[in-house]
Amino acid sequence: MIVSTRKPLDQILPALEGGSRVFIIGCAKCATVCKTGGEEEVFRMQEELTAAGKEVTGTIIIDETCHMLRTGRDLRSRKEQVDEADFLLVLSCGAGIQSVAEASDKKIVAGSDTKFLGNIRRFGQFEQRCSLCGDCRLNDTGGVCPVTVCPKGMLNGPCGGMEDGNCEVDSNNRCVWVTIYERLERQGRVENLDRATPTRDFSHKRHPHNLKLEK
Amino acid sequence: MPAMLSRKMGNNSFIVTAELAPPRGSDMSAFLRMAAFVAPHVDAINVTDNQGANMRMTPLTAAALLVREGIEPIMQITCRDRNRLALQSDLLGAAAMGIHNILALTGDHITCGDHRQGRAVFDLDSVLLIQTIQGLNEGRDINGKPLDGSTMFFVGAAAAPEVEPFIVTRPKLAKKAIAGARFFQTQAVFDPQRLTTFCATVEPLGVKVIAGILVLRSAKMAEYINRNIPGLKIPAAVVERLANSPDPAAEGLRIATELAVRCRDICHGVHLMAMGRDEVVPAIAAALK
Repeated sequence: MIVSTRKPLDQILPALEGGSRVFIIGCAKCATVCKTGGEEEVFRMQEELTAAGKEVTGTIIIDETCHMLRTGRDLRSRKEQVDEADFLLVLSCGAGIQSVAEASDKKIVAGSDTKFLGNIRRFGQFEQRCSLCGDCRLNDTGGVCPVTVCPKGMLNGPCGGMEDGNCEVDSNNRCVWVTIYERLERQGRVENLDRATPTRDFSHKRHPHNLKLEK
Repeated sequence: MPAMLSRKMGNNSFIVTAELAPPRGSDMSAFLRMAAFVAPHVDAINVTDNQGANMRMTPLTAAALLVREGIEPIMQITCRDRNRLALQSDLLGAAAMGIHNILALTGDHITCGDHRQGRAVFDLDSVLLIQTIQGLNEGRDINGKPLDGSTMFFVGAAAAPEVEPFIVTRPKLAKKAIAGARFFQTQAVFDPQRLTTFCATVEPLGVKVIAGILVLRSAKMAEYINRNIPGLKIPAAVVERLANSPDPAAEGLRIATELAVRCRDICHGVHLMAMGRDEVVPAIAAALK
C-alpha cells in the first residue's frame, strides 16, 4: 500500500488563504489504513478547519481516489457541495490528489505527504521493502532488497559504515547485507555474492511511467 | 610525474601514506603548507573527498595541485556525490592532471555530514566504480565505448579488518580485487592479531594491505569518534590507556607508533590518520625507518 502522513494544520492553512469554504475528500483504501484520510481523519480535519474559521461545505470518502473515473463520478454526485467550495482539500496519496485535480478545476489543497510503498507489519506499522525501481534484483539477493533497505542502495555487499552488523545511517537497523548473507548461507548459496552485480539501469526509473495492458 | 607508489608496492617496499582534507574554502595555502611538511616522510598523500559527507574543495583540484608541487597524491573518490558520468569525467580529468593513484570508495551517507538535506547519488558502488576505472585503464567507458587515450590508474579500495561480522564483507573484498583494486587502505586498526588474520584472509587476492593507523589525542576524542564516525570503533582498552595517561596526546602518538612498527611484520604499509596533528607524521615515519 501507499503510505502517507497528514500535513500539520499550520502547513495546510496558508494554502487555504483567500477563501473560506472547503470540501474535504478522503480515500477508503491506503489513506484509511495509514490513518491519513479515513472517516476519522476527515472528521477531525473538518473540526480543525471549523475551529480555524473555515466553512466545510461537505466531505466524501472516495472508495479508491487513485481511480480517476470513479473519483470524477463521486465528485459529480456531490456537485452542489463541491461547487460551493473555494478549495478541495484532499487527504490521500499524491496519486489520489491528482485524480481530484483531473476531475475538477477547483483549487486543490494537498493535506498529506506521500511517503513510500509500504509493507504492513501490523496495524499502524509500515516498512518500506520495495522502492519500485523497475529493475528487480531480488533473485540475486535471497528475496531481500538492498536497493531499498540499504540507504545507499549498495549492490555488492555492505559499505564501510556497518558496525556490529548495524547500519551507519540508523544503528537501530540491521545492515541489509547481513540479512542477505545469513539468508543465503542458510540456503547454501553464499556463492551468489561472489559475482559483481551489473550496474543498475536507471532508465527504468525515468518518469512519468504508464502501462497499457494488451487487450 | 612518475607513479612511484605502484612501483614501490611492486618492489615490496613498506609503504607509508598520510591523508589531508582539502580546504573548506578556496584558500589552498594551509593545505599546501601541510602537504609540503608531510610529503618528505611519506610515499603518498591521500586527498579526501568530502570526507564524512562534509563539503570541501573537490579532491580533483587539491590532488592536481599536489602533483604540481611534485607530491604524489592518492585521490579519493566516492559514489555519493557523482553519478557515472561525473565519476568518469572527473577521473579523466584526474588522469590529464597527472594523478595516478585512486582510492575508490562508496562514501559515507549524506546524512552523516553537513548537507543532510541534499540528495545522495550512489549510482555506482565501490565495486562498480573500480570496474569502471579498470575500463578507463583499458581505454573504454562504462558502456564499452572507446576513449581517446586510456588512463593508467593505480586503484585502491577500502577494507575494514576489525568490522563485525567480518565474514559478510569478505565477498565484497574479493569483488574489489577482481574488479582491479591493487591495494587496500584499511579502516583504523587497533589489534595486530586481527590485522594478521585479515592479511591471511585477503592474501589469496594478491592485494597489498596498507593498515590504517589513527593518531588519537585524548580519550574524549576517541569517545567522540566512537559516537560519530561510521565504521570506526576504538576499543575500550585504548580509550582507557589515553584516559589514564598524564599526557594523552603523547600517549596517543605512542599507541600509534607501537602499532605502526608492529605492522611492518604483518602487512605492506601503514596509512597514518593524524587527525589534524600532522607534526606526528615525521615521528612515526622515523620510527619505521
